Amino acid sequence: LDEYLRIREDPDVASAVAAIRSLLEFLKREQSETILGLRENMTKAIHRLEETDSSVAVSSGGELFLRFISLTSLEHPDLSQCKNVMIERGELFLKKISLSRGKVGKLCHTFIKDGAKILTHSSSRVVLKVLENAAADNKRFTVYVTESQPDSAGKLMAQKLCNLNIPVTVVLDAAVGYIMEKVDLVIVGAEGVVESGGVINKIGTYQMAVCSKAHNKPFYVVAESFKFVRLYPLNQQDVPDRFKYKADILKTVKDLNQEHPMIDYTPPSLITLLFTDLGVLTPSAVSDELIKLYL
Amino acid sequence: MADSDGRQVDSINHSTEEDVKLQEVVQAKCEGKELTKEEKQRLRKEKKQHKKNKKDDRGPPEKEKEKEKASVLAPSKPATQSPAHKAAPVPVNASASESPVAAEKPAKSKAEQRAERRARQDTERASKQGKKEGGQQSASSKPKATPNELQPVKRLPEHIQVDDPAALKKLAKKLERQQVPLRSDYGYKVSLFSHLHQYSRKNPPTQQISIPATVIHPSIVRLGLQYSQGIIAGSNARSVALLHAFKQVIQDYSTPPNEELSRDLVNKLSPYISFLSQCRPLSASMGNAIKHIKKEISNIPSQCKEEEAKRRLQECIDSYINEKIILASEAISKYAIEKISDGDVILVYGCSSLVNHILCEAFEKQRKFRVIVVDSRPRLEGREALRRLVKKGIRCTYVLISALSYILPEVSKVFLGAHALLANGYVMSRVGTSQIALVAKAYNVPVLVCCETYKFCERVQTDSFVSNELDDPDDLIVTRNGKTHLENWQTVKSLGLLNLVYDVTPPDFVDLVITDLGMIPCTSVPVVLRVKNVDQ
Repeated sequence: LDEYLRIREDPDVASAVAAIRSLLEFLKREQSETILGLRENMTKAIHRLEETDSSVAVSSGGELFLRFISLTSLEHPDLSQCKNVMIERGELFLKKISLSRGKVGKLCHTFIKDGAKILTHSSSRVVLKVLENAAADNKRFTVYVTESQPDSAGKLMAQKLCNLNIPVTVVLDAAVGYIMEKVDLVIVGAEGVVESGGVINKIGTYQMAVCSKAHNKPFYVVAESFKFVRLYPLNQQDVPDRFKYKADILKTVKDLNQEHPMIDYTPPSLITLLFTDLGVLTPSAVSDELIKLYL
Repeated sequence: MADSDGRQVDSINHSTEEDVKLQEVVQAKCEGKELTKEEKQRLRKEKKQHKKNKKDDRGPPEKEKEKEKASVLAPSKPATQSPAHKAAPVPVNASASESPVAAEKPAKSKAEQRAERRARQDTERASKQGKKEGGQQSASSKPKATPNELQPVKRLPEHIQVDDPAALKKLAKKLERQQVPLRSDYGYKVSLFSHLHQYSRKNPPTQQISIPATVIHPSIVRLGLQYSQGIIAGSNARSVALLHAFKQVIQDYSTPPNEELSRDLVNKLSPYISFLSQCRPLSASMGNAIKHIKKEISNIPSQCKEEEAKRRLQECIDSYINEKIILASEAISKYAIEKISDGDVILVYGCSSLVNHILCEAFEKQRKFRVIVVDSRPRLEGREALRRLVKKGIRCTYVLISALSYILPEVSKVFLGAHALLANGYVMSRVGTSQIALVAKAYNVPVLVCCETYKFCERVQTDSFVSNELDDPDDLIVTRNGKTHLENWQTVKSLGLLNLVYDVTPPDFVDLVITDLGMIPCTSVPVVLRVKNVDQ
């Protein structure tokens, strides 16, 4: 657990990646006798991680990690051999996903045309990578970032973009409708991509999507493939509570109606395209990919 | 839909090498056949000739004749079956003065000689009739295979070509051959739907069957009667009843001498299936079940003893029912219950066994919800659903479909059952379902469709006209206070009564499909079909 918190400090690493890395460490250190015991321990570990940081990405990453390593046919009779195989696959998984952000960046930056005005929401490392790639490609564009209260993550994003010499403006969350007619496209990151093809992201994404649909602007989502999660929310209420609020709040607060949720759900009908390391997908293709990943 | 007597004729041009090759194939098939099969072949050739005569000449210089008698053949149709029933891909050129078939095929037996003589006569007749401009058959104008390809051509199933006299005649002949009574249509049909059958319930098909001498097994006759009178309704119930009847048939079946069980049993099943489709058109679920059974039968190894084979088939049918229907509904309930939260107001339409099962399970798991049952004339199936739910103790409200927009603001979720899920994501269900989905979408209420995977169908449909079912129009006649206004509707020439059974709902109105494989969006149905086909 301390491992996890330590890795977390590194700002460049996504929380899910940190989670997976710590899980790998855990796998290396733990000593159970049977495969079943191993799996149980892993699931317990994932739960523990979820409790400290309840984000969709952590849970999806954890589940995918578990599936990935246990999907191999464990025919080796010797437990330690099996463990080695699993550890190997775990490392492979980790390597793949660390490269995924780069892949997404490469795919997406071609969609940014010269002179484009981009709107983005809150702070996302993937979107940052995409914009970095586009800037490296000598494209001129300006970025509008929403403040994204309550944690003002937007200001952080603006700072980072400034460092890349990209002209950036911070706007209020309430000004999304106002600014929508000026922008050419909207790019947001995601905390989780659900089975229907919709996304779960920082609160405020849904209204941005609705606005962009009303103005007929393309709404792009960039996400790595480990963020695909086996949820199927029908509407905002249907998203499980453990994702909506921070873990510590869940533990201390009695009446959740007083708390403000941290995330919202954007249905697939509002999303134009999803950029993932599996390729550029339409929302309906996400289900196809998920079936391949999980079944 | 399972057309039991499917034939596949490859469209070929008349290059001689192909002729020879095909002749050899035909010869190979002809070896060791009994008389009945040859008779069938002969009849088939006869029919082909007749069809040829009426066909348009596609320009004599082309010298190509397309045979488009293929109907959609179930892909899992046993390999042994199809060559037997495949009309020998005989290239016949009506424009040629004599049939090359007759010339090239060496006579194997008397029956074949007769066949050839007949074929020759027919072609001579055809050449005399020459380039007569026959009515363009809808059959031939439908899917056009390119002439040079040996692909099987898909053709419209017969039950939706009622307004085409040639298809009707063909159907009549086929039924006559199978000794299945032909049911006649009843009453004036609305012109948009004149390509569908419309039967009257007062005219059961069993009237024409004479009791002792019938080729159809009594349990099948009983089943057909139950279907046509509406005693068994609902796609799950119909499929299960069908499978039980088939079990009975297999039980009573005994292999005739010189016949193989795997081939003969499938042949025996064909007239039964024709009879059942005469009683009531087959549903997609029944079609899939029949395909499965035929595949299982043909997979029986020939050295298997009869008792062993029969037992195996019975087991296979039992496991099919268990897996695809009973266990599937358990799995679907498990997923669906996750979606039902406390305080929900759930809307259901009509009587779907699956949806009722889900609601009862959810109630047992102590979920607090109430149900609104929407019903519609003339079937009033909602009453049955209402009865079952109230018996469990669930709080229910009952409305007719005309009050839908009145109660929808109260509703939090809509649960619908499905008759079939088409390959393009459209949901085929009881008429009124698409209405409900449409209004629910307008009110932003999530619509969930619950459907087992065995109801997934390879067909593609975008509207409810192409393939539907017309029920007895007399059902629409209502007697109130002893007064029936529509009693003599047949006498009024401009009046038509339309009693549709199914409609299709586009996938944009459906938010979620719950199947035994999990929760999928409506657009992923072809993915599931693909995965299933790979499994098989």
